[in-house]
Amino acid sequence: MKTKEEVGIKGYAGYVPRYRITPKEIGDVWGKDGESMGKGLRIESKSVPSPDEDVVTISTQSAKWAMQRADVDSQDIEAIYVGSESHPYAVKPTATIVAASLAASPDLTAADYEFACKAGTAAFQTCMGMVASGMIDNGIAIGADTSQGAPGDALEYSAAAGGAAYIIGSDDLLAKFRHTCSYTTDTPDFWRREGEKYPQHGGRFTGKPAYFKHVTNCTNKLLDETGREPEDYDYAVFHQPNGKFPMKAAKRMGFSKEQIEPGLLVPKIGNTYSGAVPLGLAATLDHAEPGDEILVTSYGSGAGSDSFDIEVTENIVKIDDENVPRIEEIIADNEFISYSVYAKYREKISEGGA
Amino acid sequence: MPIPRFWREIEQRYKGIGSRCKNCGEIYFPPRKVCPECRRESFQNMEEYELEGTGEVVTYTEIHEPHQEFEMLSPYILAIVEMDEGVRLTGHLVNVDYDEVESGMRVEASMRKLGEESPKGLIYYGYKFWPIDD
Amino acid sequence: MRDVAIIGVGETQIGELWNKSLREIGIEAGLKALKDAGLEGDEVEKLYVGNMSAGKLIDQEHIAPLIADYAGISGVPSTRIESGSASGGMALAEGYKAVASGMEDIVVVGGAEKMTDVGEQEAKEILSSTNDQEWETVFGATFESLYAMIARYHMEKYGTTKDQLAQVAVKNHANAAKNPNAQYPRETTKDFVKNAPMVADPLGMFDCAPISDGGAAVVLCPAEQAESFEGDPVEIVSIGQGGDYMAVHERKDICTMKSTKHAAKKAYQRSKLDPEDIDFAEVHDNYTITEIMAIEDLGFFEKGQGGPATEKGKTELNSEISINTSGGLKAKGRPVGAVGLNQAVEAVIQLRGEAGERQVDDPEYGLLHNIGGTGASAIVHILRRWS
Repeated sequence: MKTKEEVGIKGYAGYVPRYRITPKEIGDVWGKDGESMGKGLRIESKSVPSPDEDVVTISTQSAKWAMQRADVDSQDIEAIYVGSESHPYAVKPTATIVAASLAASPDLTAADYEFACKAGTAAFQTCMGMVASGMIDNGIAIGADTSQGAPGDALEYSAAAGGAAYIIGSDDLLAKFRHTCSYTTDTPDFWRREGEKYPQHGGRFTGKPAYFKHVTNCTNKLLDETGREPEDYDYAVFHQPNGKFPMKAAKRMGFSKEQIEPGLLVPKIGNTYSGAVPLGLAATLDHAEPGDEILVTSYGSGAGSDSFDIEVTENIVKIDDENVPRIEEIIADNEFISYSVYAKYREKISEGGA
Repeated sequence: MPIPRFWREIEQRYKGIGSRCKNCGEIYFPPRKVCPECRRESFQNMEEYELEGTGEVVTYTEIHEPHQEFEMLSPYILAIVEMDEGVRLTGHLVNVDYDEVESGMRVEASMRKLGEESPKGLIYYGYKFWPIDD
Repeated sequence: MRDVAIIGVGETQIGELWNKSLREIGIEAGLKALKDAGLEGDEVEKLYVGNMSAGKLIDQEHIAPLIADYAGISGVPSTRIESGSASGGMALAEGYKAVASGMEDIVVVGGAEKMTDVGEQEAKEILSSTNDQEWETVFGATFESLYAMIARYHMEKYGTTKDQLAQVAVKNHANAAKNPNAQYPRETTKDFVKNAPMVADPLGMFDCAPISDGGAAVVLCPAEQAESFEGDPVEIVSIGQGGDYMAVHERKDICTMKSTKHAAKKAYQRSKLDPEDIDFAEVHDNYTITEIMAIEDLGFFEKGQGGPATEKGKTELNSEISINTSGGLKAKGRPVGAVGLNQAVEAVIQLRGEAGERQVDDPEYGLLHNIGGTGASAIVHILRRWS
C-alpha cells in the first residue's frame, strides 16, 4: 500500500505512568526468581498506572501534547481513533471522551480500535487513508494501554501502561509516511474473552508462529515493496512484548542493535501493548534528524503486523521541547513501588465493603 | 453522582471552561450566570472562557482518611490552586511526592479519573494537577 | 421589636446514644426545656427544629412535625431549619425573630441530630455534604481536608503551630471533664493530640470533633413576660448573621471567616457591645483550627494571634476570656444540627451561675458562634445575665 498523496506526522507525544515495579519484586511474591526472569525477558522494570489513570487519561495527555507540538487547532481535528485492548468501557468509546477533552467535539468522526498490541498502528493506517483520500485534513491516531497480567502469570512481569498520540495530516509534516503494508492471519496466540479480566496466552506459541512470523513477514514485505534493505534505515522500531523478541527479530532480519536502541523502551517500562510501537517511534523521533529514515513494524496477537516506511523532514528541528516532554524525560520521572501497592493500584486486592 | 449531573459539567471538568463577565472582565470558574461584582449588569452578559490550565499551589494537604471512593488512592494530596487567570479551584496533585509539595509551586492540569459511579457504572473524568518547571 | 428571653433549657447526654432514636432525642431535650421553664406544653405557639441531615442520616425528612407529634403537641406549628452545622444557631435566630416581632409569645427551639445510625465513614461523608459537592467533593475533598488546607494556610501566614492547635483540644477536653453531658469528659495531653493518626495533614484525629448523637432545646418568650415563668431567664441581647462563598477556594483570604466577622460585627453593633465586654464564648470548634480562627474573627484576639493566645492559656476557664467552657464540639460533642442549641444551653447555665466546677466567675455576657460547613454561613448570638 503506497500512499498516493503526501501524508505524515504533524505532531506526536507520549505518556507513561510514573510508577514502576521490578520483576524481582513480582517474583518474590510468587516464589520465583524474578530477577533472572527479568534478565531473560530483558525487562528491568515495568510501568504501573495509578488508580486514576487509564487509557482515556493516557490518550488525552498524549494527544494534548501532540497537538501542542503540531500547533493544530482542536477544531481542525476531523478524526480520532484510539487503539487499545484496555479501553475503560467495553461499550462506550474512549475516542469520544478524548475528543471532548481536546475540544475537538462535535464536528469529527471517532472510534475505538482493538487489535491486541497493534491497535495503535491500525489507527495510524486509518488516519493515513483518510488524509490521503482527502476525507479529512487532520486526524489523531492513538495507541495506549493499561494492560493486565493475571497475578502470578508470566505476563505479570511485562504487562505495563503507556501510550502515544500522532497528529496525522498532509502539511507541515515532521515525518512522512512513504509506505505502509500489513500482514494478517488467524493465529490464536493470545486473547481475552468478553467479560474476562485477564488475558490468556499460548505460552511459547506466542513466539515463532506468532510474533516472529508476522513481524518478519510484514517487514520483509515492506522491504520488497519499497526495494530497500535494512541498512538503508537509520532506525527501526519493532513491537516489543519484552526486550528479547525485538532484538532477536531485528538480528534475524539484518537490523543492528544501534538501529533499534532508541525505540526500545521495554527494558525500562515493560510492554505497553498498543502503546509500545507508538511510544517506541516517538522516542526514536525524539532522536531523529532531518532526512533520517525509520522502519516500523507493529505486532498484534490474533494476529497481524503493520509496517511503515518513514522519512523525517526538516521540520523535526523546529520541535519545541519546552512544553512537551521527550519520551526519555517522561520515563526518567518515576517512582518504584512494592508489590502490595501495585496489587492495590491494579485492583488485584479489593477494598473492604466495596 | 447521577449521570446528567456529571454530564452537564463535562466541559468544565475536561477543559476548564469558565465564564467571563463582559461588563467588568472578571473571570470565573466554575462558570457563573451572574458576576458577583456586577450582578444585574452581568446577567445574560457572561461569556465562556477557557482556562489555560496552569497555576500555582495556594495551600494543600495529604488526605489519609478519604471518602470510600478514593480509598484506592489513599493517601493522596489535595490542593487549592490559583490559576494564572486568577481563579482558584480544588484538585488532586499527582505525579509528585508529598514532601516535594510547597505553596507557590507551579502546576498544570491533566485529565485523570476523578471517580466512578460504581465498578459497573459511569467513570468520571476531570482535572488534576501535576508540577511543572517554569 | 420586643426583647427576648430564654426561660428554659434542656439537653440530652451527647455521645453515642445507641438506644435513642432521633425523635426520642428531640423530645427529651424539648421536654427538659419545657420542664425547666415550668410549662405544660399547651402554651407553645411554635416549634423550630435545627437539624442538618436527618434525610441522609436516618432517611427521614419532615422531622419538625414528627418531633412535635411525639412530644405530645402535634397541633403546634413546627418548622425544621437547615444551614449545615449552623442549623441549631439558625433555628434559635428564627425563634428569636418570631418572638421579637410580636408574632408569637412562647416558642420552643430545639436541635437534634442522630449520627450513629449510619457507620462512621458514612457519617463523615454526610458531614462533607456541606462542601460544594460539584467543585470540592467530586475532586476528592473531604470535610476535614478543607479545614486542613485552611490550617496550613494559617500556619504559613501567621506561624501558627501544631502545638497551638493541639492546645485547643487540650483546653476543651479539660473543660469537658467538668461537664457531665460531654461525650468525652476527660482530659488529654498535647502529645496525645499531636501524635494521633493523621486525618488530613496537618490535622490529626484529635484535632477533629467526634461524630455524635444529641439534642438541646430552649424556650423563648418576650422579656417582659420572662419573670412570670418558673425558669430563671437569660436575655438574648442581639443576633448577627453572615455569609461567604460556598467553596473554600473562592475565598480571597482562606483563613479568615468573613461570615463570622460579619455576624459578629452585626451582633456587636446591635447590642452596642465590644468583644472586650464578652466574658465567655461558645465558639464553633469542629476542628482545632476553627476555634483559633473564631477567636480572631470574633475580635477577641488580633488576626494571627489566636494560636499564641491559646498557647498562653488566655482562652482557658476564667482567664482572659473563657472559650468553650462546655468542652465545645471537640470534647462535648458534635451532634451537628443541634450544636447551636448546645451552645445556648451552656451559655444559659453559665449566666444563671449553675455551671458548677466549670463556672465562669460572675459572667455578664456570653457569645455563641455557630458556622455552617466550612463557613459559608455563620450566626452569632449575644446573651446577657438577667437584671
